[in-house]
Amino acid sequence: MTDQTEQHATSAAPAASSATQSSTKVLGLGPKDFKLMFLVVVLTMAAPFLLNPFPEGSAMAQFNAGYPDLMQRFVIFGIFAIGFNILFGLTGYLSFGHAAFLGVGSYAGIWMMKLLTMNVIPAIVVSVAVAGVFALIVGYISLRRSGIYFSILTLAFAQMSYSLAYSVLTPITGGETGLQPKVADPRILDGALEAGASPRANLFGLEMGAGFEWQVGNWLFTFNAGYYVAAVVMLVAFYLSIRIFRSPFGMMLRAVKSNQQRLSYTGLSPKPYTLAAFVISGMYAGLAGGLLVAMDTQVGAERMFWTASGEVVLMTILGGAGTLIGPVLGAGLIKYMENILSKINKDILHEWFFFLPDGFENLMVELVYPFIGKGWHLTLGIIFMLVVIFLPGGLVEGGQKIAGMFKRGKDADASKTTPAE
Amino acid sequence: MSKSNFTRRGVLRTGAVGGAGLALPTIFTSGASAFTNEPTGGTVTLGFNVPQTGPYADEGADELRAFELAVEHLNGTGADSGMLDTFSSKALKGNGILGKKVEYVTGDTQTKSDAARASARSMIEKDGAVMVSGGSSSGVAVAVQALCQEAGVIFMAGLTHSNDTTGKDRRANGFRHFFNSYMSGAALAPVLEARYGSDRNAYHLTADYNWGYTTEEAVRSSTEAMGWNTVNAVKTPLTATDFSAYITPILQSDADVLVLNHYGGNMVNSLTNAVQFGLRDRIVNGKNFEIVVPLYSRLMAKGAGANVKGIFGSTNWHWSLQDAGSQAFVRSFGTKYGFPPSQAAHTCYVQTLLYADAVERAGSFNPCAVVEALEDFEFDGLGNGKTLYRGDDHQCFKDVLVVKGKENPTSEFDLLEIVEVTPVEQVTYAPDHPQFAGGELGTCNPGA
Repeated sequence: MTDQTEQHATSAAPAASSATQSSTKVLGLGPKDFKLMFLVVVLTMAAPFLLNPFPEGSAMAQFNAGYPDLMQRFVIFGIFAIGFNILFGLTGYLSFGHAAFLGVGSYAGIWMMKLLTMNVIPAIVVSVAVAGVFALIVGYISLRRSGIYFSILTLAFAQMSYSLAYSVLTPITGGETGLQPKVADPRILDGALEAGASPRANLFGLEMGAGFEWQVGNWLFTFNAGYYVAAVVMLVAFYLSIRIFRSPFGMMLRAVKSNQQRLSYTGLSPKPYTLAAFVISGMYAGLAGGLLVAMDTQVGAERMFWTASGEVVLMTILGGAGTLIGPVLGAGLIKYMENILSKINKDILHEWFFFLPDGFENLMVELVYPFIGKGWHLTLGIIFMLVVIFLPGGLVEGGQKIAGMFKRGKDADASKTTPAE
Repeated sequence: MSKSNFTRRGVLRTGAVGGAGLALPTIFTSGASAFTNEPTGGTVTLGFNVPQTGPYADEGADELRAFELAVEHLNGTGADSGMLDTFSSKALKGNGILGKKVEYVTGDTQTKSDAARASARSMIEKDGAVMVSGGSSSGVAVAVQALCQEAGVIFMAGLTHSNDTTGKDRRANGFRHFFNSYMSGAALAPVLEARYGSDRNAYHLTADYNWGYTTEEAVRSSTEAMGWNTVNAVKTPLTATDFSAYITPILQSDADVLVLNHYGGNMVNSLTNAVQFGLRDRIVNGKNFEIVVPLYSRLMAKGAGANVKGIFGSTNWHWSLQDAGSQAFVRSFGTKYGFPPSQAAHTCYVQTLLYADAVERAGSFNPCAVVEALEDFEFDGLGNGKTLYRGDDHQCFKDVLVVKGKENPTSEFDLLEIVEVTPVEQVTYAPDHPQFAGGELGTCNPGA
């Protein structure tokens, strides 16, 4: 990042807000970004504590989210959303088929596990590479159009991939039943399994399912190797995304978003930039796909269904498109609701409202029931509507508003960064 | 900040207290229990993972009702004790399992393998379930079964009909009570031969996914073995709602039987289309044109309405069965919910009882002990007559019902009538049968 390129980029995109460029850089991050990065590091590393705030056995334990599967999903879908945000948040190109890259990455990953080794490294590397190549092909074709046509093209590609994986390509993808590692797989790099052992994903011998629990009083904290592996990958992905956001390249992408025509008139073709963003974003999705397989060695075609593509759009918008931390928050919120809210059933409601007189108890249960359990989609929809109407900048804007209330008037306004929307 | 003085004694003391504090609360679970989620208190948790949203939500709801009923019966808190009275094994006393009160958690599979696994993992990791059951499609069953094998808990499959669940994707920790594609084919063939003769030209429409393939293969090989000729087999997209484009070519062919390897909404639509095109009024080669649906369910029959009248298919169980077990189950289910149970409800109820009974007989919740107790276990009184849980592939072998759509249904639940109960010998196959080849059970995994 020389000053020359910096100037070049700024002159090419004068409309874009200037990135924080100060002399005190740590790891190539400005003080503000460093603080954000530091915050994310602390949050991810302390997640087993933060997500299990309620003691075991208490009524509120229902809302604990600190178990390995969900923690892994938080960071993995965080990566997925960060990647999606590089495309959507910066260039404004709304891809509606990003789940295809996630799925392709997953299939590539599981095949590496079946053929090469149960070590997660080759699986993850190959899933990123394969998703990148696939994104290059899809992007090359889809990026000939912009706006709604681009969205429809990507959606078509994703649905095509889904249908292929679900039926036509059954010999490769396992179709409806998906793929899992089996004892009889070749795994040419691994030694023979012990009799009776089943193949498990590992990182040089450290099993992804390994971990320990730490009991403090009534609190039980679970530390899981797989989660920390995924969390470290997420931190790297997040760091890269900050660097991309602050780089001249990121500036060019913002320029594409703010006015593509003006960019063309200055003599620059936006295509290489958008294509690069699309491929990077696809590789992030592939990385998420590879990690999903590494944490839970199974892949099914539903992973590529259009609702999965829609989900990442929701995550990004809910958290705050174009902001750094927003997509991660959005991913966390959606996964939390999907896994925690959907598991509350009528019996649990009856326990909650047990203290009320019978009639009221039943009334309350009937009133709340549509919004929990299988009704979690409804709750999510309402939250999404509220966020889009009152906080167009997503949860990040909500956070800023709350933070603003604690600071004094103008000072808060000045520090407010407008999301690139 | 306070001023601190480091003295040798002080440091030692703090170090000792700190060390003790860190060491005391640390419990490494891997060393603490013999198997995953060993129940230590007065309760044991089971996980019921059923589709609450998506295309099979109705079946999921019925499965959940059956699970609740089973838990009541196991705990002895229900109005009666259902099939516990008729079950040939008398190990269960209605005081929970091994004296522990049965509790359960529920989850939504969404009929997606990813969602099903996420939900099952949260049951195992968060809620401490020792057994996971339920599901209404083979994709989900295979995915969750593999997960349970890895995690070291028992999986009692719900409704899953594809050969693969106990075929190429069989697992030592997984068990299936429901019948499968092969059994459907083997049970239907003789009935079809008796009704329609052995000189027929069959045309298959097959849902383009795993279950469709295994069902087509099973029906094809059984009918071809008795002399039928397969004219054509066309795959239809799973998402198709209009099958007219697939039905017109049948009119041009010389087929005189149409086999619909479809399930759920697919079957409802394809059958309705086929009837609308007048296939059933056709006479081909001097024979009446016939339609066959290999796997029937009450919900499908309900969806297709009058179109199912007289159409043959197979089911795992039907509430109109007159044996003591079925009657006891229908009675307690009907008393609690006001209508008869579906076959999905039946298989889930039975699976829960079989698991509880195996634990009771084994005297332990250890998955390996349970596997041992269930393997080659013979039982009776659970609605399907004498049944064997075969140890080679963890598949139940029992009589299969051949049913047909009732001509004069008396209620919305009375849509199917039993034509024949195909005896178990006729539907039994070798564990290494080509349609089930490629799988390996492995050994049981107790986890931890």
